[in-house]
Amino acid sequence: MDRQIATAAPRYRRVPSGVHPPEDPAYRSTVLRHPVQPLIAIPQTLSEITGPSYPYDAVGPVANDLTRQHPAAPIGERIVVEGRVLDENGRPVPRTLVEIWQANACGRYAHEVDQHDAPLDPNFTGTGRTITDEGGRYRFVTIKPGHYPWGNHYNAWRPAHIHFSVLGPGFLTRLVTQMYFPGDPLFPLDPIFNSVRDPAVRQRMVSSFDLDLTVPDWALGFRWDIVLRGREATPMLP
Amino acid sequence: MSGITPSQTVGPYFGIMVRGRLECRQVTDAASGTRIVIEGQLFDGGGNVIPDALVETWQADARGRYRHPEDAASRSADPHFNGYGWAHTRADGGYRFETVKPGAVPAPEGGEQAPHIVISVMARGILTRFITRIYFEDEPGNAHDPILALIPEERRQTLIAHRAGDGRYVFNLVMQGAGETVFFDV
Repeated sequence: MDRQIATAAPRYRRVPSGVHPPEDPAYRSTVLRHPVQPLIAIPQTLSEITGPSYPYDAVGPVANDLTRQHPAAPIGERIVVEGRVLDENGRPVPRTLVEIWQANACGRYAHEVDQHDAPLDPNFTGTGRTITDEGGRYRFVTIKPGHYPWGNHYNAWRPAHIHFSVLGPGFLTRLVTQMYFPGDPLFPLDPIFNSVRDPAVRQRMVSSFDLDLTVPDWALGFRWDIVLRGREATPMLP
Repeated sequence: MSGITPSQTVGPYFGIMVRGRLECRQVTDAASGTRIVIEGQLFDGGGNVIPDALVETWQADARGRYRHPEDAASRSADPHFNGYGWAHTRADGGYRFETVKPGAVPAPEGGEQAPHIVISVMARGILTRFITRIYFEDEPGNAHDPILALIPEERRQTLIAHRAGDGRYVFNLVMQGAGETVFFDV
């Protein structure tokens, strides 16, 4: 029957250990929020292989330009962030929702919980959203986020980062992560960045400066590809 | 092969992103099926509520069809029902979804899975999201569900939403400690 054919879709590969970070006592908030019981392994079913989409026609034209969402331009260094959403097999992930949120140039979020003693910018909300094109490409224009302190430990500061949220084709491809900027002096000190133990894997979260993306007399360009879980090479029968 | 991009925490400020989304409305007035409300609270290992979690759900329509191309039955899925829910927990750690009760969906080995909703939790202090399922206490199919069968019996109750009358179901999530919710590796 047709429902059985549907469930014969190739499964997603298991995520190799060492990619997604576990609990990390150096990041104090994890201590009470991580389960102590082991995760229970289950097979992938239609419920996990399918997944949500977003009403893409509802994403407005300036939603990916964080510098044009208010009457005047925000303060700060304008940048272009561009890249592709791919799967592990190197295939582009087209027509999927990519969302970002970030601090302003002074290192403050337009969020009531953020009480850092740095100015808010009335011309910067710090959120953007776009849909990848047929080649899996996305592009944002924004302001380089500032560093900011946090309460994890004495004199703790976060490396500059932009939060990224990607849906991908299925529930199992959903990813929320952070994009960092090359050469940040705070890298060795940040428990969130270093929760990914393998330096080579950690480097996947760091964007690279790209002169080809840089717009003359206007903005520096940073390139960053996002890689989601991919399928097993051979379809597995249900 | 390319390496997967590691997960990082959503942190405390994802609310500014969620606010910019359309209002969370999985279900329109025209959707078919039984209207239900699922609500509950999130707790940490110290018994404190978690007021800054991002809870996301994914489910089939009332007839057990996913609005997704990999469900061969998706062409006949309810056009008035999306299946994707998201919520920022409130100050009391609470969340609430207005949806329809999902139908049974196919199981990998043939047969059916009992009606369920897939749910994930992200938050400050969570580096990688946690995935689990909501089942319904009034579904006889639970007894034969292939996923529930993988869970030690004494912990199975953590995945069962309880009826609270008026189409309401209560499903709390305990991230750690006594009554810890079962989470999946999938």
